[in-house]
Amino acid sequence: MAESETLSQAPTFTDFETHPTRYRHWSLQVDGEVARLSLSVQQEEGLSDSYLLKQNSYDLGVDIELADAIQRIRFEHPAVRVLVLTSAVARIFCAGANIYMLGKSTHAFKVNFCKFTNETRLGLEDLSAHSGVRTIAALNGTAAGGGYELALACDEIYLVEDGNSAVSFPEVPLLAVLPGTGGLTRLVDKRKVRRDRADIFCTIAEGIKGKRAKDWNLVDDIWSKSTFPAKVEARIAAVLGASEKNPSTGGVALTPLSPKLSESAIEYRFVTLRLDHDHRSAELVVQAPPLSEPVDGAGMRALGASLWALQAFRELDDALLHLRLDYPGINVVALRTTGDAASVLRVDQALLKHAGDRFVKEVTAHMARVLRRLDLTAKSLFALVEPGSAFAGSLYELALASDRIYMLADQKGASRITLSGMNGGALPSSNGQTRLAVRFHGEPKRPAELLQAARPEGFAAEAAEEAGLVTMALDDLDYEDETRIAIEERASLSPDALTGMEASLRFPGAESMATKIFGRLSAWQNWIFQRPNAVGPTGALTNYGQPTRPVFDYRRT
Amino acid sequence: MSLDDRIPNNVDLSSDRRLQKALEQWQPKFQEWWMDMGPEGFQAKDVYLRTATSVERDGWATFDYVKMPDYRWGIFLTPEEPGRPVGFGDMIDQPSFEEVPGEFRNSLRRLIVTQGDTEPASVEQQRLLGQTCPSLYDLRNLFQVNVEEGRHLWAMVYLLHRYFGRDGREEGDELLARRSGNADKPRILEAFNQPINDWLSFFCFTMLVDRDGKYQLAALAESGFSPLRRTTQFMLTEEAHHLFVGETGLGRVIRRSAQLRRESDGQEAKVGGIPLETIQRYITHWYSYALDLFGSEISSNAADFFSSGLKGRYHEASKYSEHSAKDQFQEIPIIENGRVTMKQVPLRNAMNEVLREEYIRDTERAVRNWNKIIKEENVNFEILLPHRRFHRHQGEYAGHGFTFDGSPLPDAASYQAELAKTLPTARDREIVQSVMTPVTKPGQMAHWIAPPTKGINDQALDFEYVRLN
Repeated sequence: MAESETLSQAPTFTDFETHPTRYRHWSLQVDGEVARLSLSVQQEEGLSDSYLLKQNSYDLGVDIELADAIQRIRFEHPAVRVLVLTSAVARIFCAGANIYMLGKSTHAFKVNFCKFTNETRLGLEDLSAHSGVRTIAALNGTAAGGGYELALACDEIYLVEDGNSAVSFPEVPLLAVLPGTGGLTRLVDKRKVRRDRADIFCTIAEGIKGKRAKDWNLVDDIWSKSTFPAKVEARIAAVLGASEKNPSTGGVALTPLSPKLSESAIEYRFVTLRLDHDHRSAELVVQAPPLSEPVDGAGMRALGASLWALQAFRELDDALLHLRLDYPGINVVALRTTGDAASVLRVDQALLKHAGDRFVKEVTAHMARVLRRLDLTAKSLFALVEPGSAFAGSLYELALASDRIYMLADQKGASRITLSGMNGGALPSSNGQTRLAVRFHGEPKRPAELLQAARPEGFAAEAAEEAGLVTMALDDLDYEDETRIAIEERASLSPDALTGMEASLRFPGAESMATKIFGRLSAWQNWIFQRPNAVGPTGALTNYGQPTRPVFDYRRT
Repeated sequence: MSLDDRIPNNVDLSSDRRLQKALEQWQPKFQEWWMDMGPEGFQAKDVYLRTATSVERDGWATFDYVKMPDYRWGIFLTPEEPGRPVGFGDMIDQPSFEEVPGEFRNSLRRLIVTQGDTEPASVEQQRLLGQTCPSLYDLRNLFQVNVEEGRHLWAMVYLLHRYFGRDGREEGDELLARRSGNADKPRILEAFNQPINDWLSFFCFTMLVDRDGKYQLAALAESGFSPLRRTTQFMLTEEAHHLFVGETGLGRVIRRSAQLRRESDGQEAKVGGIPLETIQRYITHWYSYALDLFGSEISSNAADFFSSGLKGRYHEASKYSEHSAKDQFQEIPIIENGRVTMKQVPLRNAMNEVLREEYIRDTERAVRNWNKIIKEENVNFEILLPHRRFHRHQGEYAGHGFTFDGSPLPDAASYQAELAKTLPTARDREIVQSVMTPVTKPGQMAHWIAPPTKGINDQALDFEYVRLN
């Protein structure tokens, strides 16, 4: 498909910020300890006019609302212990990602759309794992494709038994692509559906309903249409009765980020993204917290969304999403930090000290999610450690997430790398390990030794290089040229090969469900998305909804 | 009694062990369903029914008194010239499919299940009507329609059992498990969940909803899947009677209402008739639901069915000379920003609309006949069909308000007002219910309906079509 006739190639700027009062497709109702998210997609209100969002199908705009809602439940409604996802449209829960939208999108957009929706679903699981919110998918109609994948990201799935409603993965038989939002992985890894049954399920376009859906563990239970609402309520009550209460106070409103936009930069309060379109590179600068940043529990809560650890990482998150969706031409990102390293260490210490505080816990869990978003960003990441930078503790994680770390060995020894307790497990990577452990995969004892030996003054260049905390330390005669050439060289290499290379090298060691989703499912999906059998002139995705049937090239690789 | 005697057939049932096994398990469930959901209160009565015992000219309509549970539901496929190829779509002129092609298995099963589901549904919808029959002639026709809908279920279950293995057997059981109007296990299509509580609704249903069935069956009777083509061809011969019951039934009600209107000076309700306005509103209701049954105006499923050679157009073979329907377009009015605008749609994606147009033409013909009846009775009234956009729950026009004539309405309030004027009111239903009292003496007719022009199978009008004693 020619990129010129496609969506999202225009100089659009995606708005990732929204608010429940502005939702078009989801409605969020919070009643004490129970939150309900109900889907009613407005078919004419997609991000583009070129498709209609029929049958509760979604595009990026719909999923941005979902991601926002999940985030707000965590910060604004700490008392919530149960989240129910359901549909406000008769007979259909959700038909998944809109096929016409996918058919008209560029390859890059499809990949980033899937990545975002995957991160949103992992966010649902993170909500359950870290915030004590049990998630229930109340399928009051058919859940097809991405609709069922959304359900699979919940702890419990209940399906109405009305003789019609089914769960299904029609992607392979109907569209010649994969259920790309973690569905295949969660089917066998999370719900432990036997693989031969999963094989059958994934090739029946209309899916499986009723008793067999339950027998195969595709859903937890099936309830008749007339008893369904009452059964859902009963299940909510049972969950509430069986789990401990969350603190009912201390909600913090997430305020708009309102960045300043220009052709060459996005400027937030703590984060700045500078774009050099000609050199296909960008600079992402994160400022350390001010010295006045409160470190006591009450002071931190009082600051709410303006707390540095929350605001700076929300800004970073937003900047990463813009980098992915709106700047496909940017290939290399130089990561910089500025400000006072000691101030970062103070904040880190406070985050660890008040880890039991619900708000602080959410702030830390959010930092971890943003850093995982960074791990999964398909841009070359080079961290630049210089005098005046603040690669300490949680901000050093930015460097640890990078593909290379360059450090300027200045004569005064002002460039420093500092470790803190936050490098020891509070901010795990997608595979569940710390980035230090990932870095020293060949030396399993090293992270603990380094953390034990950590000093507030940190490591100067030579020591940092010696300890393996940077890729190379360069003196001021070489540093400028070396880093400039490294970035230029990087930007000249094939972006496809780099994406594959980086994704392979960033995650040594054990796999988790998340790394399988991004490393196996997504990679295959992205391959299939490029293949003629899906997107060629006779491919199934191209011909979906057309009067012509797909014609496949039946040779297997 | 041998299997062939119990189940009349021309599909060599006695030598097909797999089919025997499937039907042996299914038949008792069907009998149980018939006793539970078939006509209430008449299962032990002798009814003058026709039974198909073979596909020959003298075999498909054998008339005799039968108790409905003893009706011999059979399996018949119309014989056809050997070697008839696929007649349309991408596989045109290739040999017809004698077995289910793997790649179309799901599509075909869905087509068959959707068609099959309507057959028992209508029996369920009509099960209480016998208690208010306007005559023995009509009572017998109701039961004839019911047993034949039962046979059509058999025809579809035969295809599921014979060609779809375990899945087919499960779908066959599901067809008996769903129930019309049941909140938990509704029938698949909405028109088949609407109650039919009175004979005016019954005539509207057989005239308008069964007529959708005729066009669906006719489209499947073109199918490249030979067993489906031959099964539906035979079903069409029976379906004609159902349409006859509906069209002449409504014609008789209209004639009687026109007579009573003339005689009572426009007060037909006061003299035990059904006002023509009420009849109009009933027709409007059922017609709009029947239009929904054809599916979305723009449909990828319809395109798939056509290109796969599974479902053709009405009289595809005889009416059209070009059978690929490729690179052709149909203009379809769609709604954009509240306005009706024309859209060029690939013809294959517009196949539902193409079939719906055939149906509309046919229905308009019947309406012209009814208006002729009204004119013969010297009454000034005209039955009208609403615009195809009016009161739709499926497709491009669902969710938008239109007038009876198809003009867009600006808001929900004006649409509600239009519906209140044009659909049956509580008063209409009250009037209709008030005249629904049983008439069971041979030859007698209820006051609100004119007699038919002749009896069944050349029998007299006062023939005892159902023996109630």
